[in-house]
Amino acid sequence: MVRLKKPEPIKFDTRVASISREVLGELYRVMLRIQKVELKVAELYHHDEMKTPINLCLGQEAVAAGVCLNLKTDDYVFSNHRGHGHYIAKGGGVKAMVAELYNRETGCSRGRGGSMHLIDTAVGLLGSSAIVGGCIPLATGAALGSVIKQDKRVSVAFFGDAAVEEGAIYESINFAMLKKLPVVYVCENNLYAVSSPLGKRQARDDIYRRFEGMSIPGYRVDGNNVIEVYRTAGKAVEHARRGGGPSFMECRTYRLRDHQGTGSGVEVGYRTQAEIDTWAARCPVKNYERFLIEQKIMTASEIEEIATAINREVGEAFEFAQTSPLPGEDEVLDYLYQ
Amino acid sequence: MDWSKTRIEEKELAAPGETESPGRRLTYVAAIREALELALTRDENVFVMGQGVDDPVGMFGITLDLHKKYGADRVFDTPLSENALTGIAIGAALTGLRPVYMHQRPDFLLLAMDQIVNHAAKWSYMFGGYVRVPMVIWAVVGRGWGGAAQHTQAIQALFNHVPGLRLVMPSTPGDAKGLLLSSIADNNPVIIIEHRWLFGQTGPVPEGLYTIPLGCGVNRKAGKDITIVAVSYMVVEALRAAQELQERGIDAEVIDPRTLKPLDEEIILNSVKKTGRLVIADTGWKTGGVGAEIAALVAEKGFEYLKSPIRRVASLDIPTPASYALEAKFYPGKADIISSCQEIMGKNL
Repeated sequence: MVRLKKPEPIKFDTRVASISREVLGELYRVMLRIQKVELKVAELYHHDEMKTPINLCLGQEAVAAGVCLNLKTDDYVFSNHRGHGHYIAKGGGVKAMVAELYNRETGCSRGRGGSMHLIDTAVGLLGSSAIVGGCIPLATGAALGSVIKQDKRVSVAFFGDAAVEEGAIYESINFAMLKKLPVVYVCENNLYAVSSPLGKRQARDDIYRRFEGMSIPGYRVDGNNVIEVYRTAGKAVEHARRGGGPSFMECRTYRLRDHQGTGSGVEVGYRTQAEIDTWAARCPVKNYERFLIEQKIMTASEIEEIATAINREVGEAFEFAQTSPLPGEDEVLDYLYQ
Repeated sequence: MDWSKTRIEEKELAAPGETESPGRRLTYVAAIREALELALTRDENVFVMGQGVDDPVGMFGITLDLHKKYGADRVFDTPLSENALTGIAIGAALTGLRPVYMHQRPDFLLLAMDQIVNHAAKWSYMFGGYVRVPMVIWAVVGRGWGGAAQHTQAIQALFNHVPGLRLVMPSTPGDAKGLLLSSIADNNPVIIIEHRWLFGQTGPVPEGLYTIPLGCGVNRKAGKDITIVAVSYMVVEALRAAQELQERGIDAEVIDPRTLKPLDEEIILNSVKKTGRLVIADTGWKTGGVGAEIAALVAEKGFEYLKSPIRRVASLDIPTPASYALEAKFYPGKADIISSCQEIMGKNL
């Protein structure tokens, strides 16, 4: 079985002059928003008012933020069962997302989808699938749509490491390469599928090279390093927009919570507290915050202001959700057909 | 040699009652091709994809040379990746396009069940109607010449089971054209299951654009003694059976639902109300099949009309055998419909 090396501390490239201060700040803001929403969900989940299986993305905030900040509002994003971060990073409405977790009519999917099925068409989020790898063909198809319509949009598919064990991705990449489609495949390798470690599922630990035979550019980045994710995704998105075709990114990261729910997995016994502690020390948000202050990109008080604003935003979103109406029983058949 | 073509052309498949119809007549294949041409011309969002759609045969001739007229961006060949390509069609549909994904055989759709059932059928409902998936998946049931277990499956019942899909099964050239146009215009995922043995037909096909509403069955032959609800190619067999039954003094009505999802319940129930007897003839397997669903419908909503038990005419519950000696036993036809009708009539005469 392939053994994974203990991860190194995050190494931020201090030569960030090419990235605007605005973007550097926004990367932080988006990550913090994801983290704070997720922490609030975790905090309130035991109240049993969010009757939906939640898959928290704490620890993976940098991938969503780093990729999505390269996208325009009308670019397309497709997500998976662990999609809160992708939704928020692409600009999806936080109130509507939280309301969806609370099963409300005001939810982004009108309470029909739940935590694993978020959508916000206003910002190009066209859905998320809880079938592993399920959205990879959809993102590829949206990219085909962009080519047929010549509208220069780029599509992104977010998925986990287990999705490369599904046939759909091989079929999709073959087609994307054949047609030079503007799609970026973003693999969040968090090292586990539910409780099964990567080494028990794949013969090699080199997902980014898995598709070399199809000549798709493949990149491996530290998925906890938001600058690295942002830069590499920027290259991939530009390549796609220029008509160069698809790219594949393996973002090495880690989910700090269990596959589902608010635990850590330690209580179940498939991983150790020591392993989690190692990755918690690599928290993409905290480390980036330290970097911003050290590099004098932001001051501690500016950080404080951002946190305060986001706290307020999150509080309002939960209040909105909790006070929103539930779907009406007599509307149970609605939306099946259009 | 194109064995299936040769085989089909040996068959005389014109539906009784249609041979004398007035108006322009087209072959089944030409009618479908015309529908695709009209759709491609009318709506730039329509495109056609599928293995072999731009090859020299052109999907039984249905897509022949369409790529030359509409360009390789709108009519193109696909890798044999049925699952991903179905998802790709869904993704394109989500951006506002209207893909028509064509398959030689429904058997291959089994590879795409994840994308059809988990994705296409769910996307509208699961996302509260904020998105829609206007796409058509089209496939042809094969039959005969030793096609065997994996090239002949009539698996409509599998799709009939899934909320969110539409399921269309035409039986005449005019319907094939009108229903394909309706399906392309529909804002939901539509599965069209054709039957290879219908392709030899020639029949009246109106010119230009027209659509046949989904969920609107048709009475193919009026009768007062017994209702035969027949699907797809079984409509042909049912009409032949009805003709012979007439000679034996039994006046059968033949109802062709044309679409199974939505199903025209009214036309079936009204007919059974009149005749009091029901035989259902489907091209698929019996267990859990289309016949079972229609029988259940009548048992639930029209039980008081029934003067005798319902009979189902369907394939044997086995994989299709290759040998023609066994095929003959496997496939139901005119004779089975006649004997089913006589059986339930006999009990009441």
